[in-house]
Amino acid sequence: MGEPVLVVSDLRAYYRTSAFGIEREVRAVDDVSLTIEANEIYGLAGESSSGKTTLIKTIAAAIQPPLEVLGGSVVFNFRDRRVDMHGVDRQHLDAIRWKNLSYIMQGSMNVLNPVRRIRHAFVDFAFRHIGKPMPLFLAVVREHLERLHLAPEVLDAFPHQLSGGMRQRVTIALATVCRPDFIIADEPTTALDVVVQKSVLAMIHEIQRELGSSIIFVTHDMAVHANLTDRLGIMYAGRLVEEGRTADIFRAPRHPYTAHLIASLPRLGDSAPKKGLDGAPPNLAEPPSGCRFHPRCPRATERCAREAAPMASLAPGHRVACFYPEPERSA
Amino acid sequence: MSGALLDVDNVVRTYSGGLLTRRRVTAVDGVSLRLDAARPEIFTIVGESGSGKTTLARMILNMIAPSAGTIRFDGTDLATIRSSRARLAFMKRVQPIFQNPFESFNPMKRLDRYLFATGRRMAGLSDTTAIADAADTALRSVGLSLAEIRGRYPHELSGGQLQRVAIARALISKPALLIADEPVSMIDASLRASIVNLLRDLRDRLSVSIIYITHDLATAYYISDRIMIMRHGKAVEAGDARTVLDDPQHPYSQLLKQSVLSPDPQHRTVGRQGGSSHA
Repeated sequence: MGEPVLVVSDLRAYYRTSAFGIEREVRAVDDVSLTIEANEIYGLAGESSSGKTTLIKTIAAAIQPPLEVLGGSVVFNFRDRRVDMHGVDRQHLDAIRWKNLSYIMQGSMNVLNPVRRIRHAFVDFAFRHIGKPMPLFLAVVREHLERLHLAPEVLDAFPHQLSGGMRQRVTIALATVCRPDFIIADEPTTALDVVVQKSVLAMIHEIQRELGSSIIFVTHDMAVHANLTDRLGIMYAGRLVEEGRTADIFRAPRHPYTAHLIASLPRLGDSAPKKGLDGAPPNLAEPPSGCRFHPRCPRATERCAREAAPMASLAPGHRVACFYPEPERSA
Repeated sequence: MSGALLDVDNVVRTYSGGLLTRRRVTAVDGVSLRLDAARPEIFTIVGESGSGKTTLARMILNMIAPSAGTIRFDGTDLATIRSSRARLAFMKRVQPIFQNPFESFNPMKRLDRYLFATGRRMAGLSDTTAIADAADTALRSVGLSLAEIRGRYPHELSGGQLQRVAIARALISKPALLIADEPVSMIDASLRASIVNLLRDLRDRLSVSIIYITHDLATAYYISDRIMIMRHGKAVEAGDARTVLDDPQHPYSQLLKQSVLSPDPQHRTVGRQGGSSHA
């Protein structure tokens, strides 16, 4: 107890391609360090091509060329074992996948085989980990579905007979049936309608509190982070630029990028003019020198163009990578 | 009926279920709306997937015909548009903007060629400098210029810039009505506000009416003048956007409003249990 479940240190993962003699290097994850405690929901926010999906791929050790890990480490402390994700062999990874570490993905329809009943998905994924004879295993699955307020009859349905929201609920049940220590959730509600999204988020929240698992929850939707996560990390152009308690980040963002992101959120009942951010997200094959946000940053100086600010603690549990952070605001 | 730019009167659109089934789906079921020619506005259609909002937009764009009811644009019934000349005249006045700018442009084709082709076909220009001028004027009204865009390919621009080019392309023929179907849902958060602001700006500066289709109530509140909430093909509530969203009357509108996640960790709606009436 007390030990973090996941420790990521100085992780660097680049996409390297060479075609027709032209070498290209895309620095999708550059020097990212973070820790995730037991029983917490850690949110990861950032726009497209900010490296958040690459980061969770590296965390899950789902690394395929052209993606390469150039440095750093990813270490999990599961209940029953400690695993260095990039230092173990495949068999070892197979043993922890789904049992200790599971996933909830964006396109739930892609996880479920369209020509087989849902029951087979549970058997394929979880049977060997639960290690009980088939009738007992199915009883465990039914009980788990009931706990998630799903009718056990869904086991006999084909994926196309269920709505998108139901399918996503089934994949959440699938991801949690082995009571994993750690769940990776990659944009699980992005494709859903608002009404369904809310109930799916409530389900994730409920099952997390019950199992005491940790979740890394990736989405670009800041409103989802505000409602679900305990702590929040903001990524920009392959780097983590700010991290802190979700409430603190929303109340008083310190990195200029985060501050803009939060100020520009549209809110119901608010029609005050909002400003867009000038410029475009950088190309990670040729990132800007120094701080990668400096060409768009209202607070940038020459120093920002020369060197990148390291992540530094401004307050307990609140880290920011900026030389000139926004002034602190009191509540 | 004088003074109506667009008059959608009780339109219905049904789809048959295919060869093997008798099931018919009514995608749009008796929807009416009217835009005033004298008063350009942003009219928002809100609904979840399957509510029929895109089908309605396609009917207004005259891409599909209604199964019943009429749509009049500038007094002309869309069903009477048959000749290619009448069709072109209609397309000049009503232009679409689509959801994903990366899909609306061919990645192998230079962006300026889209603008020039639109200038030739839609604005009826033949002189090269006049076409370039028209393209430049349209690009300037969205905060870009021809000098920046000339010779560039879609992958060289960000999603926000590309969506601006798509809007500029739609503006070349000086339309009176833009149909924007989820124009910001594929755009990064840091760029989204500027596209939404641009739509508002076009209404004010160029007097273009905009039908803004979205599922996002927060941006709808931010830019719309009037709003219509659709569910299962029917309009369940319509009216002044602020009035409707501040105090929705229909149970479905209330549910939609309750489901919007507040971007404020102090007022969480998910953590609490029993707050949702969704079955």
